[in-house]
Amino acid sequence: MTATRIPLCTLDDIPTGLGRAFEISGRLIAVFRARDGKVFAVDGRCPHKGGPLADGMLIGEQVVCPLHAFRFHGTSGECEQPGVCSIATHPAEVRDGEVFVTITQTLREEAVA
Amino acid sequence: MIRALHPQKPKLVVIGNGMAGARLVEDVLACDPDLFDITVFGDESYGNYNRILLSNVLNGTQDAKEIFLNPLAWYEENGITLHAGKRVTGIDREAKRVFAGELSVDYDYLVFATGSKPFIPPIPGTSLRGVFVFRTLDDCRNIAEHARDCKTAVVIGGGLLGLEAAKGLMTHNVEVTVVEMAPWLMSVQLDEAGGAVLGQTIEKLGIKALTGTSTKELVGHIHVSGVKFADGSEIPADMVVISAGIRPNVDLAKECGIACERAIVVDDQLRTNDPAVFGVGECVQHNGITYGLVAPLWEQTKVLAKVLTGADATATYTGSKIATKLKVMGVELASMGRIADLRPTDEVVQFSEPARQVYWKAIIRDGRVNAACLLGDLGPADDLMRMFQAGSQVPERRLELFFTVGANGRCEPAGPATLADLPDSHQICDCNGVSKGTIVAAIKAGKCTVPAVGKSTRAGTGCGSCKKLVKGMIEAIAGGVKSDPSESWFVAAVPMDKPTLVAEVKRRGLKSVSAVLRELGTADDEKSRNGLASMLKSIWGTEYIDERDSRFINDRVHANIQKDGTFSVIPRIYGGVTSADELIKIGEVAKKHNVPMVKITGGQRIDLLGIKKDDLPKVWADLGMPSGHAYTKALRTVKTCVGSEFCRYGTNDSTGLGIAMEKRFQGFEFPAKVKLAVSGCPRNCAESTVKDVGVIATEGGEWEVSAGGAAGAHVRKSDVLCRVKTKEEALRVIGRFLIYYRDNAKWLERTYDFVPRIGVENLREIIVNDSLGICAQLDEEVEKAIAAYVDPWLERDNPAFAGQFEDVKRVPLPVLE
Ligand code: SRM
Ligand SMILES: Cc1cc2nc3c(=O)[nH]c(=O)nc-3n(C[C@H](O)[C@H](O)[C@H](O)COP(=O)(O)OP(=O)(O)OC[C@H]3O[C@@H](n4cnc5c(N)ncnc54)[C@H](O)[C@@H]3O)c2cc1C
Ligand code: SF4
Ligand code: FES
Repeated sequence: MTATRIPLCTLDDIPTGLGRAFEISGRLIAVFRARDGKVFAVDGRCPHKGGPLADGMLIGEQVVCPLHAFRFHGTSGECEQPGVCSIATHPAEVRDGEVFVTITQTLREEAVA
Repeated sequence: MIRALHPQKPKLVVIGNGMAGARLVEDVLACDPDLFDITVFGDESYGNYNRILLSNVLNGTQDAKEIFLNPLAWYEENGITLHAGKRVTGIDREAKRVFAGELSVDYDYLVFATGSKPFIPPIPGTSLRGVFVFRTLDDCRNIAEHARDCKTAVVIGGGLLGLEAAKGLMTHNVEVTVVEMAPWLMSVQLDEAGGAVLGQTIEKLGIKALTGTSTKELVGHIHVSGVKFADGSEIPADMVVISAGIRPNVDLAKECGIACERAIVVDDQLRTNDPAVFGVGECVQHNGITYGLVAPLWEQTKVLAKVLTGADATATYTGSKIATKLKVMGVELASMGRIADLRPTDEVVQFSEPARQVYWKAIIRDGRVNAACLLGDLGPADDLMRMFQAGSQVPERRLELFFTVGANGRCEPAGPATLADLPDSHQICDCNGVSKGTIVAAIKAGKCTVPAVGKSTRAGTGCGSCKKLVKGMIEAIAGGVKSDPSESWFVAAVPMDKPTLVAEVKRRGLKSVSAVLRELGTADDEKSRNGLASMLKSIWGTEYIDERDSRFINDRVHANIQKDGTFSVIPRIYGGVTSADELIKIGEVAKKHNVPMVKITGGQRIDLLGIKKDDLPKVWADLGMPSGHAYTKALRTVKTCVGSEFCRYGTNDSTGLGIAMEKRFQGFEFPAKVKLAVSGCPRNCAESTVKDVGVIATEGGEWEVSAGGAAGAHVRKSDVLCRVKTKEEALRVIGRFLIYYRDNAKWLERTYDFVPRIGVENLREIIVNDSLGICAQLDEEVEKAIAAYVDPWLERDNPAFAGQFEDVKRVPLPVLE
């Protein structure tokens, strides 16, 4: 499985403790910068009713959907609420002040399709 | 969709993901986790939840979140393919294939667990708006939402479910009438005398019951407005819940030629007339009997799991003895067998104690308990149930069914035997058939909370009525379950009440949310952060360190997020008074930005809905009006009536005072939103009596100031604080009240809870008569808050953080290397 690393923005573009939304070839992704400096990326839409996760609050490493407050773990993607699907997560890293996410082949194919 | 791992194994397909379907899958896995490739179809778009507990969700004692049994992850972990929200629409038994819309799945074994649906009587009007049934989580939500706007509700059907629905509705502050065709309530479980006792009990709860009454029609135009009876009489109803029994879901089975009578006919191995097709739950009939409680269904799933997996290919189901303990509307009830099934040769033993609304009755046939009902006091229930289930001989002296005879020959009520006295084999959880011994073992193995015991033994996970017993056992064996001190905390994440927290924050000089959480916090959650942010801002004013990640999205972008991720913009229209020019300008802005909806709000102003985040700054700039704070926990609106300026009745200038109030208090932040109103005469056209602070001009030209009113989810008439002569005095008293509320209320506590908590006499002493000597200080705080006001929409020119007003950023995909 080939993975593609995509440069998104500078670290300063993401405010501390908050997220930003990106669309990579049709696919919505939310990227967060936790208070401890960790950067991570998850799918941009909440599986519940499509809430924009990048607008959510961050509690530690949990993303809280702004619409009905379902919580998703930022690195495992799991939802705290039983019965709700988890969300996809995407490896993210910061190099020289620049933020990258890695999109896997399958995801990429989906994105292109 | 979650995919199964081993498609080559024999395929088991289950239709229905309810109480029986999901339990069957669990039982199959318990017998042999690797045998089948399992696919489950569920019409409801959820994982599997506990239907029994819907009553609790409706009456507000449990959150919908708490009743889920198996999360989606459970299906995944066990390699089960779950199609949640997919209805099976057809079956080809020859090809052994089920269809659900586009989807088709092959099976080797098929199980129907389709449950039942509510029966809708064939009378006119059942499709009107405001008419509901009570079966699913969605029903529950719809009923609760609708009840908010209703004054009167009628429940059709006085059985167990109807009464549960009535009780649930009571908690939503509607007047409830239950209509029952039979001459008494719960005619399945109770005889006439028992029904009468129940009738009295529920009357005390404020619910009307019309028994022996048959409903002829639901009347209304578009929306239901009343219920008409066979005798021609009619009562008003803003909503109706139909609970007139259930009908097994058999259409699908019938269509593909499975033998059905009232329900799907199954044999002792739960097999239908097709050897590859089985059925469990409310959708089947066994020996001519259908069951509508979970205990028998779960006996069925256990047998079917053994049959399917071959763990015991000869296992048989021989029918269930129905014995349940129920709690209807706070009334304890135990029911065994069919009380109406009485033969001339049966013996009837009964005891009644009308003053305490206690009623016990047992029917003895051939020296054994054939049926019984106990109401109001369940002292002898456990012993009776044991005798009933085991079919054992009853005591020679029948009174010993209900009472024990002491050493001195005197009778004593057979109180619930103390836990310690019960044998290990005694069943504690009737839904799941869990014995005392099993629970004791779990507690000894370290399961010291009720949920932990439930997880390891299943006890208490059905109807939950045995949880009290489980808790008692934990207390007896492990020495105590902890109580919840968090009630008094200002927010959940910091274990302190508000005065302690404020003092500690000041003493340590904590000026940001993260500092408070770091030094005083024991947890972290978004609501606590929002609360702390608001509190710190009012303590520190300009010194407050404003961390934007402790704000909810609405408070970060100063607009209200909508279901599609766009925002709404409500500018301030002071006192609801606008002008032709202002309206033209708003109209032009709406046109220029293609605003999808322009709406007059319930708060006398104009809402531009559907604005994209990127467009917010431009819309605000084009409007050139200040923020109406329709989003944050702050001063919302000041509603006014036209008053003495134009109205022929107006005694005072209500718009003048309203505008002055809104200009003075705009931007004030509080623990919850605050809405004000001013009416120019006692006709009260601005609805001042249902506002956080309301002012009404008296016929004599004074202003009457009241507080603590609301007319949203909670309706409360405000309490009068005082009468004053001038506008200036009114502004001063209101300012003092607002600051006192700001500084003393719990997070999210609106004035309708705060004012009764403090007491209006007490408030009057503090705010009007200055009994604490703090009024000068309160006045000072008002001035400080006024000075601190900045229109948040000015951030349009100077965003507070990167990307504040930027929506999704598009990133091109790099060409593959
Ligand atoms: C826009 C408006 C409805 C409308 O189209 O008319 C509205 C819209 C919302 N109301 Fe309201 N309420 C609106 C007037 C009211 C009124 C009437 C009034 O203010 O005179 C009430 C009853 C009065 C009262 O509060 O006592 C009202 C009682 C509520 C409640 C119930 C609060 C309670 O504790 O009982 C909520 C829920 C809450 O606050 O948790 C609520 C919550 C909401 C929220 C914020 C729900 C949400 O979180 O998204 C809605 C925001 C929609 C949006 O994006 O703008 N809204 N809401 C009204 C805005 C008035 C304004 O100009 O600012
Ligand atoms: C409010 C309420 C309170 C109750 N309280 C109690 C109580 O205190 N004690 C007690 O013992 N019992 C109680 N009951 C009864 C108990 O909930 C039922 O007996 C039990 O849920 C029946 O289980 P089941 O699996 O047969 O049916 P259900 O739980 O109804 O499950 C059937 C499922 O199959 C789905 N389905 C139907 N057709 C299809 C299809 N074609 N394709 C896909 N899916 C389909 C349905 O959507 C449903 O989710 C209560 C019921 C209600 C509604
Ligand atoms: S505007 Fe108020 S009443 Fe209307 S849907 Fe939203 S919250 Fe409910
Ligand atoms: S859309 Fe995310 S919680 Fe509802």
